[in-house]
Parts: sequence; C-alpha cells; structure tokens
Amino acid sequence: MSHIVKIDNVVKKYGDFVAVNHISCDIKQGEFFTLLGPSGCGKTTLLRMIAGFNSIDGGQILFDDKVINNIEAHQRDIGMVFQNYAIFPHMTVFDNVAYGLKARKMGKDQIHTKVMEALALVHIENLKDRKPSELSGGQQQRVALARAIVIRPSVLLMDEPLSNLDAKLRVQMRTVIKKLQKELGITTVYVTHDQEEALAISDRIAIINQGKVMQIDTPEIIYKRPQNAFVAGFIGTSNFMEGDVIKMEDDMTAHVKLDAGMSFKMKLKNKITGRIKISVRPEQFILDNTSDCCLAGEVSMHTFLGDFANYEIRLQNDQIIEANEYTKDIDFVRTQGQRISLTFNSKQISLFNEEGTEVFS
Amino acid sequence: MIHENTGKKSLKTYLNFWNAVKWISLILLVLFLVYPFFSIIFRSFLTKDGGFTLGNYKTFFTKAYYFRTLKNSLYVSSCATIFSVMLGVPLAYITTRYNIYSKKLINMMIIMSLMSPPFIGAYSWIMMLGRSGLITTLFANIGITTPPIYGFGGIVLVFTLKFFPYVYLYVSGAMSSIDRSLEEAAENLGSSKLRRTLTITMPVIMPTLAAGAIMVFMSSLADFGTPMLIGEGYKVLPVLVYEEYMSEMGGNANMAGTLSVIIVLCSTTVLLVQKYAVSRRNYVMSAMRPPIVEQVSTIKRILLTAVCMLVSFIAFLPQIVVIITSFIKTNGPIFVKGFSLESYEKIFYKLSKNITNTFLYSSIAIIIIVIFGMLLSYLVVKKKSKLTSFLDLLIMFPYVIPGAVLGISLLVAFNKQPLILSGTASIMIIAYVVRKMPYTIRSSSAMLYQIDPSIEEASINLGVSPMKTFFKITARMMAPGVLSGAILSWITTINELSSSVMLYSGRTATISVAIYTEVVRSSFGTAAALASILTVATILSLLLFNVISKGKISVV
Repeated sequence: MSHIVKIDNVVKKYGDFVAVNHISCDIKQGEFFTLLGPSGCGKTTLLRMIAGFNSIDGGQILFDDKVINNIEAHQRDIGMVFQNYAIFPHMTVFDNVAYGLKARKMGKDQIHTKVMEALALVHIENLKDRKPSELSGGQQQRVALARAIVIRPSVLLMDEPLSNLDAKLRVQMRTVIKKLQKELGITTVYVTHDQEEALAISDRIAIINQGKVMQIDTPEIIYKRPQNAFVAGFIGTSNFMEGDVIKMEDDMTAHVKLDAGMSFKMKLKNKITGRIKISVRPEQFILDNTSDCCLAGEVSMHTFLGDFANYEIRLQNDQIIEANEYTKDIDFVRTQGQRISLTFNSKQISLFNEEGTEVFS
Repeated sequence: MIHENTGKKSLKTYLNFWNAVKWISLILLVLFLVYPFFSIIFRSFLTKDGGFTLGNYKTFFTKAYYFRTLKNSLYVSSCATIFSVMLGVPLAYITTRYNIYSKKLINMMIIMSLMSPPFIGAYSWIMMLGRSGLITTLFANIGITTPPIYGFGGIVLVFTLKFFPYVYLYVSGAMSSIDRSLEEAAENLGSSKLRRTLTITMPVIMPTLAAGAIMVFMSSLADFGTPMLIGEGYKVLPVLVYEEYMSEMGGNANMAGTLSVIIVLCSTTVLLVQKYAVSRRNYVMSAMRPPIVEQVSTIKRILLTAVCMLVSFIAFLPQIVVIITSFIKTNGPIFVKGFSLESYEKIFYKLSKNITNTFLYSSIAIIIIVIFGMLLSYLVVKKKSKLTSFLDLLIMFPYVIPGAVLGISLLVAFNKQPLILSGTASIMIIAYVVRKMPYTIRSSSAMLYQIDPSIEEASINLGVSPMKTFFKITARMMAPGVLSGAILSWITTINELSSSVMLYSGRTATISVAIYTEVVRSSFGTAAALASILTVATILSLLLFNVISKGKISVV
C-alpha cells in the first residue's frame, strides 16, 4: 500500500541559486523520515518537489519503482499537511475532510464512514459541523491531518505542521502525529527546523544545509555520532575545541593536544595528523574541583535549571565553553568565580578535521 | 494510483483554458481599447482632407480659445484638489480619532455623495443658488444678492463636495491602520501631541493622502457633466472635446482627437508623478492594535459631530434636493407650489425606454465584467508573467481616460467597415465594460492576495485538478471581493454620463443621458424624477455592497 520513496540525485535551481543540490536518499516503506535544517536550506523545496508543486530540474523521484517527475500534482495520490493548515474556510470540518474523497468519486455513505473514521482518529468527531473560523489552532491542525490521511495516501508529506502552535500544544500534537503514523503505516516525509521535534518524532533524519545532505541517520546516531561539525553544532549544543594530533599509533590511537592545554589519547577510525577539532557536548564534561590532568577554567556564569545546572566556563586560553551537571550528583551548584577542572570520556566525543567536514572518531 | 494515464491530457486542457483566457482578453482589449485609442491619436495628426499635420496641436497651443480650456481645466482641478484635502483630512482625523456620534451616518452620506450621478451636484446647486434658485430667490426677496453659482466658483464647489470623499476615505483608512505603538513610541520619547501628529502621523499617511488627492484631480479633470451644466462661459477640456465633436457644423474629430490626447497626457503625467513620489515612501502597515479613539467631553463631542455632520450633509444635500424637487409640481420649466407625481407620470409615459436601457445595458455589462474580472484578476495575481503584467497595465489604463475621450475613440474606430457599431447598444456596453471593469478587478485582486496559496495546493494535492480547484475553491473564496467590486462597477455604470453622451442614439439613450438632455431643455421636473430613480438605485446598491463586503472592502 504505502510506497518506498527514492530521491535520486535531485536538483532544483532558481536562476543561479541551487536550492536543492544533488540530494539522494531512500525512504523506506512506512518510515517516518524527517528533513531537518536551518531556514532556507532547501528542505521545503524538496518536499514540494515530492508533492509536485515544484518542478524537478535534475535527477528523479521514484515511488516504488515508478518515476513520478512528470505526474501532475493532483494525480500523485499524496497526502499533505501544510504549515498554515490550508483549511478551506468556506467549508465545514466534515466537508474539508470529505473533499479528497469526493474528488475520488466515492459514494456518499462510504464518504461518511471514512470521514467519521478519520475524525475519530484525531479525536474531533464532535467538531464535524464547525466552520474553520470557529476552531483553535490545534483543532485546525487536527482537521488538516484528518483531511490528509482520510484518502489513505501512499505517501504523507508534512511541511512544518507544528510551527504555528504554542509550545505545549506542539509537544502534544507531535505525539498524536507519531502514533497516527505508526498506526496507519504511511511512509511519511516531515519537514521541520526544530531539532528537538525532529529527534522526538522521526525514525530517521536527513540533516540538510545549503541544499546538500549533511547526514542521514537515526536520531540517536545523529546526536551521538555527527558526521561533521555542522551536524554536531546544529543538533544539540556542542563545544568545539581546536588542537593537534601529534602522533598516530599503529592501532589508530591518536595523541591529541588541545590548544586549551589538555592532552589525551583517543581511538580513531581513520588516520589523521596535524590540526583537528573536537566537539564535546555540555553533558559529556566531567566536572571536578581540582585536578591537573585536565582543562582548567573558571565559572563565569551559572544557570540553575532544576534537574541540571548549566555553566559557562572560561578556559585558560579565554575560550568560553558550556558544561552541564546533574543536580542530583552535587550538593550545591557551582557559582561564578569558582575554579574548576574538566575532563571527558574520549570514547564519547567526536573528532573532525580542521575544516569540520569529516569525522575521524 | 488514480487515473494515471490521463495525466498529460488534463495538463493540456488546463494550460489551454488559462492561455485561452489570456489571449482572448488580450485580443478584446486590443480591439476595444488599444485600437480605438490609437485611432484617436492617429486622427489628432490629420488635416481635414486626411494629410499628416501637426497643425491641430499648433492651433491648440496658439489659439487662446483652445489653450484657455487647458488652463481652466488644470486650474479648477487644482483648486478642487486643494479644497478637498483641506476638507477631507481634518474630517478623517476627527472621525477616526474622536468618539463622535453617528459615524456610520456620516460615512454613508460621504460615500453617497461620491457615488451620486455626476451632474446631480451641478443640477442641485443650480436649483438652490442658480438664477431662479430657491435660496437665491429667498435672499433676493429680502434684498440680498447671492454670488453667482455659474462658472469657475460653481465648478470648484461641486467638484470639491463630490470628490473630497476620496481624500476622506483614503486618509481615514490609513489613519485607522497606523499601529498604536508607533504614536505611543513618539509619545514615550517625549513628543507633544501636536508634534507627534506633524512628525509621525502625517508623514506616514502622506502617500495615501497623495493617492486620494490624485483621484480628486483626475476625476475633476475628466468630469464632463458638471462643467457642462454649471460652467456656462467657463469652458474646460472635456466640454470642448464634446463640442468639437458634436458641433452642428459637421464636427471636427481631428481637433477633438488632439484635445483627447492632451487630456490623457495630463492625467497620465499626474499619475506617474504620484507613482514616482510615492514608490519611494510607501509605508505598508497592518495595525495589530488600531489607534486609540479619544473619549472627549460631551460638549466637545457634540461640537465635533456638528462639524462633520454639516460637511457631510452639505455634500449629500444635492441628492435630497433632487428627490424633493422630483415631487414638486411643474409648469413647463417652472416649478409651482404644491406636490405631485406628475414628473414621474411624464417620465414613465415619455422616457421609460431610457430607464429600461440603463438597467438592461448595465446588467449585461456587469455580467461580462464579473466573468472577465474574475478570470483576469486571477491571471494577473496568480499567473504572473510578462504578458499578464501587460494585461494588468491595459486593464487599468481606462483610469486615465476620461469617458468622453473613450466615447470618441470608440466612435472613431467603429463607425466604418468592417465593424460598424456606432449608435448600437453594443458600443455603449463595450464602453461600460472597458471603463468600469477596473473596480471589479481591483477588489477581486485584493481578495485574491489574501488567499493563502497553499489552500489551492491543498485542493490539488487532494486530487482535484487545478482548473476544477479554481472553480471549487478559489472562485468561491474570491466571491465577496468580486461581488463588492461588481456592485461598485454597477453603481458607476448606471450613473455613467460622459461616455454615454458621446455614444447614444435616439434608441439607446440612458437615464443619465435623458437627465442631461432634460436639463438642457430646462425640463427640471422630469430631470429630477429621473435622477431620483438613479439615486435610489445607487443607495440600494450601496446598502447591498455594505452587506456583502462586511465593511472590509472600501469603495475607493
């Protein structure tokens, strides 16, 4: 029922500007696949190419084994949820959801059954006779969702569907969407610029920057094993520190010396010597009062956040880094001016070449 | 999954549909607007026996008889514009910023005076202040001589009262869309109220004010009925165009062509200057928090209301005068004491053809306007290309062409084989469609711009072809905009005089033409009765407009 979506070397140009630059990815049947990136990275352009609203200037898009490049948008049999919902304002909730079924020349009774089913799936059966102007943002979102799934599309596209909701509703709706998608098993392509949302909702994420794919992986791998410095910086918080690999042993153990004054050994996957940069997540730092093995610094700001405390720490070379510490592990939160030393487990961190384009750990 | 093999075919029909609309509209516009207009330009360079000459232009600029009308036209239009600004701006300020009484009534009267038939103002002021006018006689009886209403002063008075609503409506629109925070910020920075008004409020509404003033100027420049009735010796360009073309000595279409070209040049220049001046200072604003309406003391409130009421009442007065005089007994050209329906009896006996003509032609014109207006505004807004922007330009061109000029252009173009239309109903309807379509297009486009493009995409995505989507979704969402625009087109069509007076023949005369000829024949009673019919039709249409547009679409 649901399709495999194959995006094969796809290109979109606006004049000289390349919005989508040779992107390829295979989306599995029934998978929740997210296109994530900063605004203007080309993710929405790519989604609209799948939908058929943007032409494809190079490469091809396939549903299963069929090239869909030249199929008209209204014949692709895709469900889509738009950023601003795009609910037809002159129709009731019921008519909005029934719209796609009517276009498919379905019988009246069957339409009624299917619409009520879809409304039940998103828990808004009681709103069926309302006009869109009488609905809240979250309710409109549910109508848009019902309207898209009622036709049982082979592919479901969502363009930042939660960006117009307030924070609490956003979290609530993303659970609704995730459950619904699993229940129906529809191959879904989801666009967002919100990394937390992407991590929470997706089976796999494609990180896109300047029209190119930076990494495609599961949320966990993306977070723990970023393929380049862009991904490390874009997903979550990363502290980048520069240094040198001064020696590479035969068993791929690298001797690293950071500019901030710390030396350590770490196991790599590929060989590199010379200038490098590492990225360390705030929660990967191990904080201590005194130690001489490590990075030495001074707390320049502290923020108490309940379950953990966040510190801004000035290192000896004046670089400012961010570190977290669980409050259950300490008696009192460290305060400004306190001297501190930091270390980390080299198995957890990432090591990139100087430009940050390639990972070696 | 669904009917995949028809993909290519429906693509074709879709493209053909919009392309057909595009090309048919283009051909029609070229045939009924561009070709006639170029014919008249061409004629302006011809001698009486058909040779090429610049003589007509030379005559115009050297002979005082001709050249004076240009000066007169510019002079009355400038004066009317200045007075309109002086009247419209303070009024707009008061109605938007103070809690005066019965704002709705004031607004309605002001809109009515703008939408009234073009010569009713002139007619009524003659009835009141003319040689044997009501007020004139009243004052004469107690030995006071009122200043004459005829000529320059009368024209400016009538123009000001009829067209100041442009300034008023534009400016009050802008005034209520300035976000409150802007003025609060100025106040917060220590600006006094007067200073704030002069340094923040006025500059921000300046482009809108300019646009309103330009509308006054262009309407005054193009108006034919008013100066014809009240101008007497004081001749302006449109009147001269009419006389040159219609004069009993066979008429001089070439000279009329020259005059037409000069009027259009004047209005185009003014419009371009305004566009240039405004384009660099356009402050687009949508007020999240509209400005505060100041609550003033009761005395102040009554005073301010009285001022606004007085102005709007004087502007509205002509229509009251017309309706009252339509019920007064007449004896030939003279009104006598007592009320009766004899004026109405006369028009239904003698002039019922004109009434049916007006409503028949206007209805046909409106149907055409609605169909083309809807499709064209969609093309212009949603299918942007070089060709559609050219179409847009063509559609809006009639704004700068006075009705009399359009009338002559059509006559010159279609009084010979292969297409003889002069004297037919068709040529009148064509003139109405060309002249009044911009109202519908403008309000439909405004509506279209507000429709989120993803609404159409949602429909297409759900499996409905783009053409069907237009009819099922877009057209329905556009409907309020199209209807409101159509009503404005309708009101201005039933009241149209300047092109009708050029194009009518005995069989095709409309109400406005009949009023004009009745006034010229001094048959004031029947003229008043006819004008009352128009006024009532206009009021009813405006009420309908208010219901449909829900106050969201402005009449200007």
